[in-house]
Amino acid sequence: MLSILIWLPAAAALVGALIPARRVAGLLALGGALGSLGITIGLIAGYSGHSTRLTHVTNVDWIRSLGIHYSLGLDGLNLFLVAMTTFSFVLAIAAANLRDWERSRVFFLLFALAESAVLGTFLAQDLALFVAFFDLMLIPFYLLLGVWGGPNRIAATLKLVLYTFVGSLLMLAGAIALAVLTSEHTGHPISFALSTLAASPLHKGTQEWIFLLFAAAFLVKMPAFPLHGWMPDAYREMPVEVLAVFSGVLSKVGAYGFLRIVLPTMPAASVHFQTPILLISLASVIYGSAMAFTQTNARLIAGYSSIAQLGFITLGIFAFADQGAQGAVLQMVNHGIVVAPLFLIIGLLAARAGGSDDIRDMGGIATRAPILATCFLIVTFATLAMPGSGNFVGEFLILLGLFKTKMVFSIIAFTGVVMASVYALRVFIRAMHNRVGPQVQSREISLRYGLVLAPFLAAIALFAVYPQLQLGRSEKSVTAAIAHEKALTQTYDTLAGAIKK
Amino acid sequence: MIAAAAQLHGPHINWAALSPLEALIGGSVIVLLVGLLRPRFIREQVVPALTVLSLGATIGLTLWQWHTHVAAISGALAIDDLALIMTLLFAGAGIAATLLSWRGLAPRVSAHGDFYALMLGSIAGMFVLVAAQNIITLFIGLELLSIPLYVLCATEMHRAASLESGLKYLIIGSVGSATLVYGLALIYGATGATDFSAIAASISHGHSSDTLLLTGVALVLVGLCFKASIAPFHQWTPDVYEGAPTPVTAFMAVATKAAAFGVLLRVLDVMLIGERSNWKPALAALATITIIVGNVGALGQASLKRMLAYSSVAQAGYILAGVTVATELGARATLLYLIVYLLMNIAAFAVIIARERATPYGDDIDAVAGLGAESPWLAWPLTIAMLALAGIPATAGFIGKFFLISALVSGGYTWLAIVLVVGSMISLAYYLRVIAAVWMRPAPGPSIATAVGVPIIAGGSPEADVAAGQQLELTFVAIVFAAATVFFGIVPQPLFDLVQHSAHTLSGAL
Repeated sequence: MLSILIWLPAAAALVGALIPARRVAGLLALGGALGSLGITIGLIAGYSGHSTRLTHVTNVDWIRSLGIHYSLGLDGLNLFLVAMTTFSFVLAIAAANLRDWERSRVFFLLFALAESAVLGTFLAQDLALFVAFFDLMLIPFYLLLGVWGGPNRIAATLKLVLYTFVGSLLMLAGAIALAVLTSEHTGHPISFALSTLAASPLHKGTQEWIFLLFAAAFLVKMPAFPLHGWMPDAYREMPVEVLAVFSGVLSKVGAYGFLRIVLPTMPAASVHFQTPILLISLASVIYGSAMAFTQTNARLIAGYSSIAQLGFITLGIFAFADQGAQGAVLQMVNHGIVVAPLFLIIGLLAARAGGSDDIRDMGGIATRAPILATCFLIVTFATLAMPGSGNFVGEFLILLGLFKTKMVFSIIAFTGVVMASVYALRVFIRAMHNRVGPQVQSREISLRYGLVLAPFLAAIALFAVYPQLQLGRSEKSVTAAIAHEKALTQTYDTLAGAIKK
Repeated sequence: MIAAAAQLHGPHINWAALSPLEALIGGSVIVLLVGLLRPRFIREQVVPALTVLSLGATIGLTLWQWHTHVAAISGALAIDDLALIMTLLFAGAGIAATLLSWRGLAPRVSAHGDFYALMLGSIAGMFVLVAAQNIITLFIGLELLSIPLYVLCATEMHRAASLESGLKYLIIGSVGSATLVYGLALIYGATGATDFSAIAASISHGHSSDTLLLTGVALVLVGLCFKASIAPFHQWTPDVYEGAPTPVTAFMAVATKAAAFGVLLRVLDVMLIGERSNWKPALAALATITIIVGNVGALGQASLKRMLAYSSVAQAGYILAGVTVATELGARATLLYLIVYLLMNIAAFAVIIARERATPYGDDIDAVAGLGAESPWLAWPLTIAMLALAGIPATAGFIGKFFLISALVSGGYTWLAIVLVVGSMISLAYYLRVIAAVWMRPAPGPSIATAVGVPIIAGGSPEADVAAGQQLELTFVAIVFAAATVFFGIVPQPLFDLVQHSAHTLSGAL
């Protein structure tokens, strides 16, 4: 079942790529993505969340000699991330269908391949398989950016690839080291299954250097503050449809990697590096927010706000408190379904401002295009985590969790929430109200594009009123993911208390 | 050699075990003779077909002998899984090289019969080399391998670069051979034996720190490093690879390298296993230097052949790392990587040859610019080959690197694994440059090229005058090898099964 979910989009697009008709490729890719979405909805309906056990497990030998399994599984941790992925891809591919692309068959093939790789990353339950999908994911995006991107795309691709692959390769070394050393430690034959690795953690010292290799890969992917150098160029040059899923979905893979892989298999190291990671996240929140309200390029504003959001998510994960981690998982989904329409709308606005992404060239559209303005307003409110939006619930839970374990961080992080409202409203006002820009042609949003955005708005509304849909299903799995760390930190605290006495 | 041995009534010869060698040498003689016939059709079509037939027979006979493990000429040669797998590899590379040079310039200039006969002779030398069981046959095999290659490099006689390449290879190769034979002589002097097993036994009885022996070991290592283009003995590689006819370069890059590593495995893991405490650190250092030098050297290259030459140096470093650990796992990883290396490199070279014939840019990176729009059937194989060389998942290159790293970590060489990873990072820059040229740059305008009659790009365009459009066999080779690269990236278990037993013959010593 999960294999079908993963490979359906790629298979459909491959068929499309082999049929010489022009329009068919895009429609088939859309069909494949829709099929995956359908399967996901079925999975959500059938998932109860009563236990932490993986469901729909697929487990076959892939490379017997190295103990690598093609092993997939679904639990509360990845259920909604998968849903968010299929959902965003369907709509992004639909949006892409509304435009003409040069060499469209290759374009949609790569787009669908990207979806398959991302889904594989979320569903993999074997470390080697995870690494393989994680690396594979980048190739389609590399080509999508490099072939169909903006004028400075070559430099952008180079930066993107160097940053992320350096992280990936470090993780590859870390993953192999983790499995090999675990098998030497336990005396069992080598295995990359996550459950096996989590069952017998290594010595603390070994864990620590492997942790750093993994953290490098995941923090680059997010991106987090000092490792975000590839972000501005890539965001500026990527086609918006691709960027919508890139920012919405791929950035979550890093955060998910911490929850799925790092925390269960390297608990001692995670506790050891808690403070540095929290500091990096906090720096991301503040730096991202500050950059977001000094930039004038709308894409970069959204990009830097993503850095801040991912900072929040990481804070939630490394708070090692139940609410924090739950908020983080909720926020991953929320951010995905908010940032994707945000980029699509930015694309629309840029098309109306003579192709410029600069908010100084926009403005004055609201009265002529009220529906577009309303869509944008909803997305903006969700971005700044207005009370009543799903993001509010997510950020609230994160700060609550953090407040319990690391109060100081929580207080500083709160400034990020305030700053978010400043930059989000600034974009909205500049783009929608104010004087009409020099080259602005105010057109209302087309019906077809409206149909693409509507499901996003519906999803935002759904998570705003009923976050329990996700929280209820993910609670057990998320709590289990951070259980080791919670136990360890509590032990340390009691020890510290005892020493003081 | 075989005939002489038979007349002496000395050693017992197992003809069945030697059958792949017989097919190669017999094929070589037949091809040479048929190549003397006058009709053009026979020379241009029948001779390559016979070559492929002979190599096909070699593969068939090798499979027939699969899993046999016998001495062939009473201890001089022995057939085991290592030798048989290697033979498959050489024959595969040979078939690919034959197809690649089929309508090329080199065989036409140098007489078809000679060209293909030399290639078959070289493969016969490789067989002798990897099947050798004593230092005399080792040296004979090495020379039988090398001498035809010196000539093959220079087969495009009208082109100075090709002649220079042949001469350079001859001189450097001779230095390497001389070093090797001197080292072998010293080892014989120290141990009084020529058989690998006898030398190993002598070392294990307490000669391990003999100065004479150590000097011999060092010289043997240096000699073999020349052949495998391990830094700092790699300097000939870029020049020779660039100057030689491209099909010959492809053949050298994969087959010669595989042969060198095959014999390196046997020499180190069987003959000198008692010395491993001495050669392991040296090899680790060499691997580190090679990985860095190869990857950094490839960065600024505009010529694709030079780039692939440096990349082959870097890849040799990765493979050498697998040899360094001196465990059975390491030997298996080395073999697996050699197979993978063959697949991805042949695919890349096939595309380069196709572009050399179709564009006036020779092997310059401009030749592949805009290839994605122009001919996707060449663009995808090249893309896959570059991704595989860089070690991206879903290609066999990833599996190969994965196996190597796990062998390194479990052999206690985690730091070398990190070096390998760092090398791979650097390599991304130049492999992706090719992909960027293929997909993200427009084809360069034709005006520059047609304006001047003589190719103006450095490196020339040796094959440009072969009529374009006759590229079906090149596209075929590129697609087959790229498809195999992807297939074994997704279903790698057959490769693991293949190399599973190969290291057993070594593991007795390990």
